[in-house]
Amino acid sequence: MDFDPGQPIWLQLVREFTRRIATGAWPAGERVPSVRDLAAELGVNPNTVQRALAELERTRLAVAERTAGRFVTTDTTLIAAAQLGSARAAADAYVAAARGLHLNQDAALGLIAERWRPDSPTDASIPTQEH
Amino acid sequence: MSTALEIRNLSRRYGPILALDDLSLTLEAGRIVALFGENGSGKTTLLKVVAGLLAEYTGEVLVHGERPGPATKAMVSFLPDESFLPSGITARGAVAMFTDFFADFDARRATALIDDFGIDSRRALKTLSKGQREKVQLALAMSRRARVYLLDEPISGVDPAARETILATILTQYDPEALVVISTHLIADIEPVADAAVFLRAGRVLFAGDADDLRAQQGMSLDRLFRTAYQTPVRS
Repeated sequence: MDFDPGQPIWLQLVREFTRRIATGAWPAGERVPSVRDLAAELGVNPNTVQRALAELERTRLAVAERTAGRFVTTDTTLIAAAQLGSARAAADAYVAAARGLHLNQDAALGLIAERWRPDSPTDASIPTQEH
Repeated sequence: MSTALEIRNLSRRYGPILALDDLSLTLEAGRIVALFGENGSGKTTLLKVVAGLLAEYTGEVLVHGERPGPATKAMVSFLPDESFLPSGITARGAVAMFTDFFADFDARRATALIDDFGIDSRRALKTLSKGQREKVQLALAMSRRARVYLLDEPISGVDPAARETILATILTQYDPEALVVISTHLIADIEPVADAAVFLRAGRVLFAGDADDLRAQQGMSLDRLFRTAYQTPVRS
């Protein structure tokens, strides 16, 4: 994963981890990888990973069990909300880009309909590579 | 977290030049600190004082409460900028040497790391590439179970792939309770690895703090912050 060094990295990790939970890459009720493993995988400082995971706990997407580690929530409503939240952020980015190109709402929506091909992955629970 | 390094009013002079100028700094254990600064800003001098290699200074330096000396050398692993090993030695010989010198050295870990790097431990270090030599030295430094690691320019002069391996090694091998200080002028490369940053200029601390807090406050990357801050000439 490439980071934008102009923004706090822990916030970028919160978005990435939220995306992993929303897409089921980290399934509901499963153990969240350890801080050390995530730090090694992403090439970031373990304290920064810790800070992001603490934020996931604060938003209740992850739950710490006293001795067993940290788990993804089993609350499917929360996960669905996270999925919608991630999608909303992507939609905002698209709207901003379309506005920047002076498209009106109809044209912008038309473009989505045009690009939303039948063979594109429409099942939102499929993990995607890009972020 | 406990304080690993406490420095108060540290000055060090080389003839007419003040390499460290009344510098004060406190670093907590459990952090990876990026030490940034231009050439001549005092990075290496600072690390050498903390490592106990430069005894002539004024001010106070405490490593886990102790002045630099035999007691701190036992808990500080220092990776100097220049090669510190006899030139004819092999990696295997260097591992044996470290085993003799340092009670906290884990020879098995060092050997495994050198193997992982794909380096033939029977070859003389002088026949290896610069990147390979730097990896051997890093493997040695990171295989001590130290409480403080001081790495002086561990990624300079190596290719991007080697750089990535070296940074991954630092991330996976260090003890989460230890303090790691990495000096570099290649800020962009170590941005994601460090959680705290210290910017030196003319022997003084220009900024110091949590890396993400600095990004949030200044609204820019540490790399840009560095470039912006160092564009202005040194006040004298």
